Amino acid sequence: MTEAAAGTRSRVSAVLDDWERWLPWALLAVALTYPFWFDIPPISYLTVDALALKLDVVILMIVYVMLALGLNVVVGYAGLLDLGYVAFFALGAYTVGWFASDKFSGVSFDVLSTATEGAAGIHISMWAVLIIAGTVAAIAGVIIGWPTLRLRGDYLAIVTLGFGEIIPDVFRNANSLPVPGGLQGSPPFIDFTNVNLTNGVAGVRALDRPGFGENLDTLTGGILPERFSGLELKPWYFTIVAMVLITIFVIRRLEHSKMGRAWIAVREDEIAASAMGVPLMRTKLWAYGIGAIFGGIVGAYYGAFIGSVFPTSFSFAISILVLVMVVVGGMGNIYGVIVGALVLEYLNFKGLEKIGDGVNNTIDLVGIDHAVDIPKFKGLIFGALLVIMMLLRPEGIIPSARRKAELHEADEEGPETTYGDLYDVRREGA
Amino acid sequence: MTEISAPAPLAIRRRPPTSDLLRWVFGALILLGLGYWLVSSAVDEPSRFAQVTVIGFSNGMIYALVALGYTLVYGIIELINFAHGDNFMLGTFEAQSVIGDGSLQLPLLFFTISIPVGTAVTADSSGIHKAYAIAMAMVFATILCLAINVAIERIGYKPLRNQPRLAPLITAIGFSFILQGIGLAWKGEGRISVPQIIPATPIIEVDGVVYYTVRDLMVLLITIPVLVALTWLVRATKPGKAMRATAQDRDASAMMGISVDRTISFTFALGGALAGAGGVVYALYIGTTHFQLGFRLGLIAFTAAVLGGIGNLSGAVLGGILIGLISAYNDGFGDARWTYTVIFVILILILVFRPSGLLGEEVPEGQ
Repeated sequence: MTEAAAGTRSRVSAVLDDWERWLPWALLAVALTYPFWFDIPPISYLTVDALALKLDVVILMIVYVMLALGLNVVVGYAGLLDLGYVAFFALGAYTVGWFASDKFSGVSFDVLSTATEGAAGIHISMWAVLIIAGTVAAIAGVIIGWPTLRLRGDYLAIVTLGFGEIIPDVFRNANSLPVPGGLQGSPPFIDFTNVNLTNGVAGVRALDRPGFGENLDTLTGGILPERFSGLELKPWYFTIVAMVLITIFVIRRLEHSKMGRAWIAVREDEIAASAMGVPLMRTKLWAYGIGAIFGGIVGAYYGAFIGSVFPTSFSFAISILVLVMVVVGGMGNIYGVIVGALVLEYLNFKGLEKIGDGVNNTIDLVGIDHAVDIPKFKGLIFGALLVIMMLLRPEGIIPSARRKAELHEADEEGPETTYGDLYDVRREGA
Repeated sequence: MTEISAPAPLAIRRRPPTSDLLRWVFGALILLGLGYWLVSSAVDEPSRFAQVTVIGFSNGMIYALVALGYTLVYGIIELINFAHGDNFMLGTFEAQSVIGDGSLQLPLLFFTISIPVGTAVTADSSGIHKAYAIAMAMVFATILCLAINVAIERIGYKPLRNQPRLAPLITAIGFSFILQGIGLAWKGEGRISVPQIIPATPIIEVDGVVYYTVRDLMVLLITIPVLVALTWLVRATKPGKAMRATAQDRDASAMMGISVDRTISFTFALGGALAGAGGVVYALYIGTTHFQLGFRLGLIAFTAAVLGGIGNLSGAVLGGILIGLISAYNDGFGDARWTYTVIFVILILILVFRPSGLLGEEVPEGQ
């Protein structure tokens, strides 16, 4: 081997090691230009034909990026295992159902929306609904978090799981939600009236599409369209990219703020943090609420993009999927989480299907008559990923330096001794 | 185990008396409302109330068997074994194999090894045939679940024992999904029916209304000996003593010469065996099963364990029966669509207001 070759190799590995500097910019460059080059023939053989990375798939992948970023605040930074994150996602989507559709056809209320003039129902501009959804989710987060966040780690996990399981049930059953409407003379003394809040299993359909209004449309020559269409996905795409960029900006600022340092302190040692004057409840509640805001906002976007909301779209499996993204990508590391979310949502939505087709075609070629339906075993694959990651690389694919040190603390404390052997006094109190 | 255990005085939470009073008033109101609702239902439709109670009690016994597995494991390593419910589901599948197909089946993901151990049992089979099939189902389901539970502990939890608590919890969720996948590969997506070999012959019948059937009796005939055996095992045997010692203080028991690793494995084995037994009872009593059964039923059983006081064996049984009754009453007199929500609201309320459960002791807070 010549010296030059060795030099190149070390330079290559140096570039790879230096991912922190180039990965964000590379991701950003690809994200901003993707809609313009993905369907040009030589590239489209790879992006469209081989990988099925059409714009709608990419949009859903980015939706999950934002979800994972939100959950990362809760799990990665503050160390609170939230197994019910889907609740906020659902709440955001239903907020669109309430405030930007003809769901409440009894009233007619319109604020800068893209709906036709005088249409029945509440129609508020989608941009405002995104903010309302964030607010609703934050309020829900505080209501859920305020009594529960004082619980210990695994109890908290169970309670959040409980909420995550209740919320789709509530949305499913809330086509006749008993609401106390007044008092009555005979037991049970409270008069309940049934309210239809969600249309039950039928879901809320025909949600408004976002848009910028006529004036901006003509002013910018169609760059900011009056009304997003289902056929032209570029405006949708850039909206979610912009949302994710804002999220990243906010989270990065938070990470290095006083609050962010408090989160990490709480995660690493609650008692020590408390002794140092970090208000435990308030710190945790902020983490939970901020995570909820992102979940709610992206839920609203998702609802508008899909155009309808059904209770069945918000199952526990989504909570787990997002958790897997955070864990596999690297808890507490924004870029790790982004990469994890992109890869896993791709696998979840299209990739496993493609791999399954490939496997079955190969099996057919060999001549074995035994088709394997790989997408059916999504759960198994993601479960195995969780276990493998936790056992081999608990800090994730792209670890955050601090998290890595934390998760490998035990390794550095000296030679591993099992309890069956001599008692290790150094592990006092373990 | 706890990284830092707070000294005892810190564990006593001081709350302003007003909030305590509010808590009591709130709790009393809920209990009064519940009591009123139950009494009025009982007065209005006494026979239906009795029937619903029996159903709730039998279901509750099954929940209790599963809840015991959660409580045993939590008691010893303070881990919520999420995979436990799915292990129970595999138990019901094994019961279906032995009873419905007459074979012992070993699920190996994309292949299933099938060893014939008898012939398929139907409702018309002879009593001895049925008894043999139930005994075989009991043995094999128990062994299968036991082996799976021990394997999960060895592969997934033991290496992570000194890691932050989040790590084994995430592994547990992973295993839950893996077991569901195994169930899916084993028996497919649809509902699987188990032959109803225990007839619903009435034992207590008044004016044509059936109150108690042989099938309900079967639940008791299986669960009570299992519970007695478990109590004996934990109270009176050496491994049981080791278990209790390890649960109290792992380091001290290690110093006293208890093999902590073996004791933890033993606990997992015990929990798995209970899940298997519960699976057989469920298959015989309910008659259908499904690969996603374990997740929800596991959560219900976990709620039962928390309600009774997690780590407390009699608490798990009490919690199981209470949850069974509550869900039966809600199915019978309330709105069945909300039963699951009601159970979870109970879970949340207990965790928030009385995390130690009904029979549990105050545990020091903090990590």
